[in-house]
Amino acid sequence: MNVYVPRDAAAKALGSDAVAAAFEAAGHTVIRNGSRGMIWLEPLVEIEENGVRRAYGSVGVADVPGILDGSVKSLGAVEDIPFFARQTRLTFQRCGLIDPLSLSDYEAHGGLTGLRRAIEMGDEAIVEELKESGLRGRGGAGFPTGIKWDTVRRAPGPRKYIVCNADEGDSGTFADRMIMEGDPFSLIEGMAIAGIGVGASKGYIYLRSEYPDAIEVMNAAIEIARENSVLGRVLGASHEFDIEVRVGAGAYVCGEETSLLNSLEGKRGVVRAKPPLPALEGFLGRPTVVNNVISLATVPVIFEKGAAHYAGFGLGRSKGTMPVQIAGNVKHGGLFETAFGMPLGELVGDIAGGTASGRPVKAVQVGGPLGAYFAPAKFGTPFAYEDFDGQGGLIGHAGVVVFDDSADMLGMARFAMEFCAIESCGKCTPCRIGAVRGVETIDRIREGDAGAVPLLVDLCETMKDGSLCALGGFTPFPVMSALEQFPEDFAPAREAAE
Amino acid sequence: MTPKAAPPPDPDLSDLRGIIDAHLHLEGPLLPMLHAIQAAHGYVPAGAHGAIAEALNITKAELHGVISFYHDFRDAPAGRHVLKICRAEACQSVGATALSEKTLALLGLDWHGTTPDGRVTVEPVYCLGLCACAPAAMVDGRVMGRVTPEALLAEVAQ
Repeated sequence: MNVYVPRDAAAKALGSDAVAAAFEAAGHTVIRNGSRGMIWLEPLVEIEENGVRRAYGSVGVADVPGILDGSVKSLGAVEDIPFFARQTRLTFQRCGLIDPLSLSDYEAHGGLTGLRRAIEMGDEAIVEELKESGLRGRGGAGFPTGIKWDTVRRAPGPRKYIVCNADEGDSGTFADRMIMEGDPFSLIEGMAIAGIGVGASKGYIYLRSEYPDAIEVMNAAIEIARENSVLGRVLGASHEFDIEVRVGAGAYVCGEETSLLNSLEGKRGVVRAKPPLPALEGFLGRPTVVNNVISLATVPVIFEKGAAHYAGFGLGRSKGTMPVQIAGNVKHGGLFETAFGMPLGELVGDIAGGTASGRPVKAVQVGGPLGAYFAPAKFGTPFAYEDFDGQGGLIGHAGVVVFDDSADMLGMARFAMEFCAIESCGKCTPCRIGAVRGVETIDRIREGDAGAVPLLVDLCETMKDGSLCALGGFTPFPVMSALEQFPEDFAPAREAAE
Repeated sequence: MTPKAAPPPDPDLSDLRGIIDAHLHLEGPLLPMLHAIQAAHGYVPAGAHGAIAEALNITKAELHGVISFYHDFRDAPAGRHVLKICRAEACQSVGATALSEKTLALLGLDWHGTTPDGRVTVEPVYCLGLCACAPAAMVDGRVMGRVTPEALLAEVAQ
């Protein structure tokens, strides 16, 4: 009998370490897997007997004897739970299923198949395959990953780099963390394929310091990959590739690729002007692929099952699947991987089951602190890059944060500006000064100065058009979407009525 | 505001040379070096700046610029416990603002403050990736979900 108790940080945050210890004290072997993504059921324990796994939700230490003697009711198989059954799991196919630090478990579930195929293909065919898959940057910008790789492949230079952006700072997102804690070899394999594809021999994972558990798992997995020749001389082939984890230092802006590169070089995490593109002059001025964790962790399944298989999912130019992270005030929060195209309302209502508080949904912020708020009137929007863009929003890293009707949208707009002021790198004026003025202007509106509203609109225009990067450039999204869709929260009458 | 505890006047930096040398072979060694120094001392002592700057051939001003840019690096020791409470949107949607206000009030602190007995420092954090079990916090590197002020105070009681 095997007992699976997740080591995922969300499961730990809800007490899984004590649960694992209780099973061990009762004499059982415990496998610390990743999370299956149903965070509201964490710690979600699975008992495997005769090859069949039964799940138990929200397990506490007190439940352990009952689970072992059969008096606690099981949820059945994870695969039959509707939240899980409705997903299309490609990137997250192994997450929660396997022991994250067992390379043999990884291989038994399709791991390294893609890398072996890629080695046979050679660099040009690798890049072509990735282009055909239609994979776009999952960090938020949505730039075609294959084109980026091709630019680096063609760039002259003896030394090139693969840099994985694991600075997942957007509120409401945790997909990077989950895959690094639950299936770290998929990221290692994806980076190795990228290395072979573009001719890079060194990879860096820039991992935020707020994720100590992910840092621990990634470092352990890299060590195992080196010992087993997945890294080093890759699977015995002629290509050398190694990976190093670099820990961030608490700056949100370092999720922006050029700030990240400066930080990696040991400088202030200040944004660089583009051009030159990092693909041509990136880390230490050398050609560099900068990709998000999910982009890179999706590469193995594309090479395992083929570009056409991956591109067969999705909607229009948004091909494949997206791990949507449902968070905030929801009944069923967690990670839901699905083909692009599911309407936002279905995610919020059917999948997430509405709010945890039981009150009506007022707004949903999609895409992190720089993403727009969506009122229920826009819930028909299909979850895809172009469709969200068309509604004045962005899917970003696919975090969906739900707010009930107690949310104060002026307060949320003010927070967006405050956050931008705290995290601005200071390089460009619209962001550095604009965010501070934004907080002041929203305070004037709160105090009843209706004349400050056009000023705020004007300020947002300036920040949008004049900022160097997405921090200053996109902070207007949450602010303006709140102002446009919830004008009553910005009305001077509001204070008087209270 | 709570007065900041004065840094110890003469921290023992006998390990500094070793830490610096252990990182010099890296490409872009400064951040890993600063993390290692902070892990050893609890902060980056001003007395270490000269040796770091010299080893990396940068000015002390440049070094100060880097250290002060990042929220993680301290110029003085923190309390025995470091409590980080998430202030980001997902946590706000389930009451993080009230949670942090109450916790700070119970400890008699403002953000970044340390209790006079040096027991705990409270800092804001912007997302711990625990957005589906919010509100979230971290105590001395350990994550906590669905927290209450009482649960947080119990963690830092000793």
